[in-house]
Amino acid sequence: MALDTDIDAPELEAPQLEVREGVDRETVETVANMGSYKYGWDTDIEMDYAPKGLSEDIVRLISSKNDEPEWMTEWRLQAYRRWLQLEEPRWAMLNYPEIDYQDQFYYATPKSMAERPKSLEDVDPKLLATYEKLGIPLKEQMLLAGVEGAEEITSGRKVAVDAVFDSVSVGTTFKAELAKAGVIFCSISEAIREHPELVKKYLGTVVPQSDNFFATLNSAVFSDGSFVYIPPNTKCPMELSTYFRINAENTGQFERTLIIADKGSYVSYLEGCTAPKRDIAQLHAAVVEIVLLDDAEVKYSTVQNWYPGDEEGKGGIYNFVTKRADCRGARSKVMWTQVETGSAITWKYPSCLLRGDDSQGEFYSIAIANNMQQADTGTKMVHLGKNTKSRIVSKGISAGKAQNTYRGLVSMHPKATNSRNYTQCDSLLIGSGCGAHTVPYIEVKNNSSRVEHEATTSKVDDDQLFYCRSRGMDEEEAVALVVNGFCREVLQALPMEFAMEAQQLVAISLEGSVG
Amino acid sequence: MAAPRPRSDLRAETTAARLAALELPQGGFTAPARADALARLQAMGLPTRRDEYWKYTDPTTLTAADASPAAVLVDAEPPVFGAIDRLKIVFVDGVFDAAASDDLSLEGLEISRLADAGDIHWAQGLYGTLEAQGQIPVARPLAALNSAAATDGVLIRVTGRVSKPVELIYRHMSEASDAILHHLVKIDPQADVTILESGPGAARFNTAMEVDLGAKASFHHIRVQGSDHHRRAVTHVFARIASEATFKSFTLTMNGALTRNEAVLDIVGDHATAHVAGAAVGDAKSVPFHQDDTVFVTHAGTHCESRQVFKKVLKNGATGVFQGKILVKPGAQKTDGYQISQALLLDGDSQFLAKPELEIYADDVKCSHGSTSGAIDDTALFYLRSRGVPLAEAQALLVLSFLGDAIAEIEDAGIAGAITDRLEAWLARRL
Repeated sequence: MALDTDIDAPELEAPQLEVREGVDRETVETVANMGSYKYGWDTDIEMDYAPKGLSEDIVRLISSKNDEPEWMTEWRLQAYRRWLQLEEPRWAMLNYPEIDYQDQFYYATPKSMAERPKSLEDVDPKLLATYEKLGIPLKEQMLLAGVEGAEEITSGRKVAVDAVFDSVSVGTTFKAELAKAGVIFCSISEAIREHPELVKKYLGTVVPQSDNFFATLNSAVFSDGSFVYIPPNTKCPMELSTYFRINAENTGQFERTLIIADKGSYVSYLEGCTAPKRDIAQLHAAVVEIVLLDDAEVKYSTVQNWYPGDEEGKGGIYNFVTKRADCRGARSKVMWTQVETGSAITWKYPSCLLRGDDSQGEFYSIAIANNMQQADTGTKMVHLGKNTKSRIVSKGISAGKAQNTYRGLVSMHPKATNSRNYTQCDSLLIGSGCGAHTVPYIEVKNNSSRVEHEATTSKVDDDQLFYCRSRGMDEEEAVALVVNGFCREVLQALPMEFAMEAQQLVAISLEGSVG
Repeated sequence: MAAPRPRSDLRAETTAARLAALELPQGGFTAPARADALARLQAMGLPTRRDEYWKYTDPTTLTAADASPAAVLVDAEPPVFGAIDRLKIVFVDGVFDAAASDDLSLEGLEISRLADAGDIHWAQGLYGTLEAQGQIPVARPLAALNSAAATDGVLIRVTGRVSKPVELIYRHMSEASDAILHHLVKIDPQADVTILESGPGAARFNTAMEVDLGAKASFHHIRVQGSDHHRRAVTHVFARIASEATFKSFTLTMNGALTRNEAVLDIVGDHATAHVAGAAVGDAKSVPFHQDDTVFVTHAGTHCESRQVFKKVLKNGATGVFQGKILVKPGAQKTDGYQISQALLLDGDSQFLAKPELEIYADDVKCSHGSTSGAIDDTALFYLRSRGVPLAEAQALLVLSFLGDAIAEIEDAGIAGAITDRLEAWLARRL
């Protein structure tokens, strides 16, 4: 597709707009308006906070705020006690100041949510307006997955949204229609109350309570998140989506998502996230668990656009996320697609446990780090069943003074005979101040499986740039085009509206990196 | 960061026990460097299985106070480099054997023995220096142990073009020998040398070689590690490579209960070349086989080229490990870095564990790595058999062609031929 004219930006030194020859002022202004992080505003809304810091009392408080049964409180406390014994991992190529876990709020909820709204009509209009402004109208109409500008292009597709604001889910759309198909889509706090048998059976079975430091912290203090159950032989009638918004200051967001795809079911799930611009870094530690039974298929797509901090590296979200899919059933298939453009710190390894015979895992990733951003991200493909297949395509782009690391594991267990993995990780460097790193672990313990790994690191090809420039593009436009080409394999794996948003984000994230 | 956990006690205890079992050499020109190395070792402690750098290789037998005994292989084969005109320097269980060695004088070379080198020596500024630099960013405690405790070795100064290769021959005679050797090779600008190494050395063998290449110097290193089944070895090559210099190293590993070969190459000049390659074949049918290549190449100069080519053929539960890293420092533009690690698993029990890493801080570079693992290609095997080639022979042919890329890194045709002969003989016995 043709690139949006919005992104052919010359170098911009805001606030004064230098208009270069051949660039009209309108273009420059449009770019100036959209070039920076555009979700950086906050909503002035009255909040209820739990006291700062973390203790057993806070864990109990979060549990009681959610009206949880005793077993859930106990589960959280177990996790909390385990967490106290764990050390924060420092093996990632990330450099950030020590996090004071006592200097955070672990629970923040809009006052208007104290009385649980019965339906979307009862939700505080201010909250609805917030999501409207983010491009996620919480109305049951033909709507799209939070993509601006996409309205004109596609229409007629429904996406159900669960909107999480700081610590609580403010509403879920299309619940009734989904229920007709037997699909359960609600907040996890509601699921704990309404569907305890499912939650009890599956929660913590993919990412155990004490899996790692951040997942354990999440197990203790997660306040909300989404829950999905797709019954056997059901194709979810619409795409499901969760939108996470951090609004309150000094507040960590800890959401937990649990997706259960029963035998022969299919769902495509989208996740988006943003946060206001603040000078102080904020913590986000999420856990996503996906269970796939026989012949189930789940597509999980993320466009991660948390506030990345400013050019000097001040503020931004510290994003420590544990995402894992357990292909328990034979012939099940999971596909992770992620576009990581935000966050000051990204620590994220969406993984696949390929337990069922003939199961498949795929991971497509674009990670863009500009300015002072640091990303350490990748995947784990653990092959346990026979004839399992996995594919990893990772595209890392570094610009400014950013550091971008691909870290991944491919493990073929002795019993995972006749399995196959293909990994490709490419890094692109833009400018001499950034870094691109690749840290793959490859463990092969049987000989009927084939593992192939390729990685390359290069800069934007001069010939390609020259070609674009000779066709009249300016340098940034040319770079954006080349980068989009570099990412194409991953962009193609995204649902269409997401792909369009991602493509725009790619260009915006690289703003100011050339010249 | 939080305080270290109690496992550091185990590390400290292991280190203390290992040091107590050693008699550290005293005096001589290396005394200050040895004292520094000892301090480094004590600060780091010996490695344990929990260390990230030892994730795939258990260092316990290398760090234990005493060496596990290893039966001496009665080798009917002629010396691997026997047909090559070379200067022989022989060590028996880690001790220089003057009678078995050639006369140490050769034009373009100054050779002395570490154990009796004089007080003032060109080696003073080199001993332990590259090893110390190689401790950052990854700790290599067994190399520090080597610098602190090495009892013998050779100091080779290359001043010009040398007419023939120098071979270091390591004989293993005593079942419980535990040897630590440290060699220095300093190559003056534009000088050129080939160093060969062969033999098991000892039941447990720890070697370090520090190689300092001047501008436009060249160093060729071909090593055949001893095929004594129970021997355990950890080797280290530290090289500093100046502008337009060429460093090329190849290692053949056949048998051995445990082998860890570390190469730490520091390219400090511009337009330099560094190649490191290895071929390993192991059959763990009656004795374990665990072979580990750990390589760290740092590019600090511009327009340099580095290559890592490692091939492993594994059978009957053998384990092959590759940990390779290319680090391109800020400003090291126009770097061309390449790395390939491949394993051929001849049966379902063997395993290949790899961690090929890139760490890049310069934008105008071309770096790539690849890693593959799998069985012998059935189609190729079928083709050969359909042409009347017997199974074992067909397998050997395919294995040899698989290893060919690594052997091709050896420039000298005579030496490459000697290596191929050795491999063919091994394959004939094992396939």
